[in-house]
Amino acid sequence: MTCEEAEVLIHALIDGELDAGHAREVEVHIEGCAHCAVLMKEYQEIRQAIAESDLRYKAPLELRRKIEKALPQPQPQAAPSRRSVLRGFAMGSAVSAMAATGLVAIVLRNDDEQRIENEVVSAHLRSLQAGHLIDVVSTDQHTVKPWFNGKLDVSPPVIDLTAQGFTLIGGRLDYVNAREIGAVVYKRRQHVINLFVAQTANTERKTAKVSTLQGFNIRRWSDRGLNYWAVSDLGADELSEFGDKFESAMRANKEG
Amino acid sequence: MVVNASQDDPEKARRFREAALPYLDDAYTLARYLLRDAADAEDAVQECYLRAYKHFDSYRGPAMKPWLFAILRNVCRAEYARRKTAPTAVEELPEGGDQTPMWNEAPETPEKQMLRRFDGDTVRRLVAALAEPFRETFVLREIQNLSYREIADVAAVPVGTVMSRLARARAMLRSAWLAEQEQAK
Repeated sequence: MTCEEAEVLIHALIDGELDAGHAREVEVHIEGCAHCAVLMKEYQEIRQAIAESDLRYKAPLELRRKIEKALPQPQPQAAPSRRSVLRGFAMGSAVSAMAATGLVAIVLRNDDEQRIENEVVSAHLRSLQAGHLIDVVSTDQHTVKPWFNGKLDVSPPVIDLTAQGFTLIGGRLDYVNAREIGAVVYKRRQHVINLFVAQTANTERKTAKVSTLQGFNIRRWSDRGLNYWAVSDLGADELSEFGDKFESAMRANKEG
Repeated sequence: MVVNASQDDPEKARRFREAALPYLDDAYTLARYLLRDAADAEDAVQECYLRAYKHFDSYRGPAMKPWLFAILRNVCRAEYARRKTAPTAVEELPEGGDQTPMWNEAPETPEKQMLRRFDGDTVRRLVAALAEPFRETFVLREIQNLSYREIADVAAVPVGTVMSRLARARAMLRSAWLAEQEQAK
């Protein structure tokens, strides 16, 4: 084999695209050719460096939004309007009236729930890539909360749980179930917790359910017209603790 | 629930979302490298997804990512054509530019030395400086992790051409890398 040939085939060898016979030929050439051996080593180093650098870009949220808007909406009849949700907040007893007037609550089927949990875990994974975690960086709930206003129909509750051992580190807009939703980001030690919050027309309170998906724990609950998914690689016990602390802080807020 | 014709679209949209939207960052990354402009990349990806949705009924494979990329690449080529007629046209390599022997690119006698590591921004700049179509092949291989076969399908060229373009791309990047290293000394 000539150097000229080897200089092309080296790359296919590095990429694992050569069959055993050709791979052997290239290897034999490299053993006897210092020039090609050095080249191959350098290419491998560059390849390694490329693999270790984050050369990817993240699609701007605005682009995601434009594409989402251009596609037909799923369950268009079920998307609650801001008003219907607010009405649900304001008058608990109005829920039955809403049902009577044909505003049917979204009841997720099991496979839908499963699919959404999958999406929530994907969103969590996406958020862990470099530079993707947080749109607004702040440990102050009074900074994070207003940041969501105007970006979402219903902004998620932002609660400071530092005293309870969960540090608020910021917020982010994300996409789950073809809708823009808020993610409030907490940390315990080195573990990130994404708390995804989406509105629902169903104002019924649903107690927490913990499940595991792709090695992540998910604690899901619903309260006062909002669905919550807390996702983390924290153990199920600590994630439950997070959810309990969050829910009791919410109750304290309501009473206070 | 009554099933009627008007529900076909939301159902198609749902399947399309699940299949195609997970690759949005990948598509945007490819468009950024192909067009080297953030706003143009955004437009191209949006157009790509709309075209992909339109043709989604006839989609039978290959894998979703190369399929989307093939569409995106066509959108980007239309953008090149537009730029060529624009006053500030980006200079393109003439057809067959990849036929130039690659050994002109690399210094004749590479010396044994450790290659320096650069930060992400520098590496992005070096990759972005590669000429078309070598940049395309390189990005599809090294950043998008496509196989040679998939790259051949996306770029509509034989596998042999993928191989020679990739060899040339890496040779050019190596030269640029060494030059950058020299400059940084």
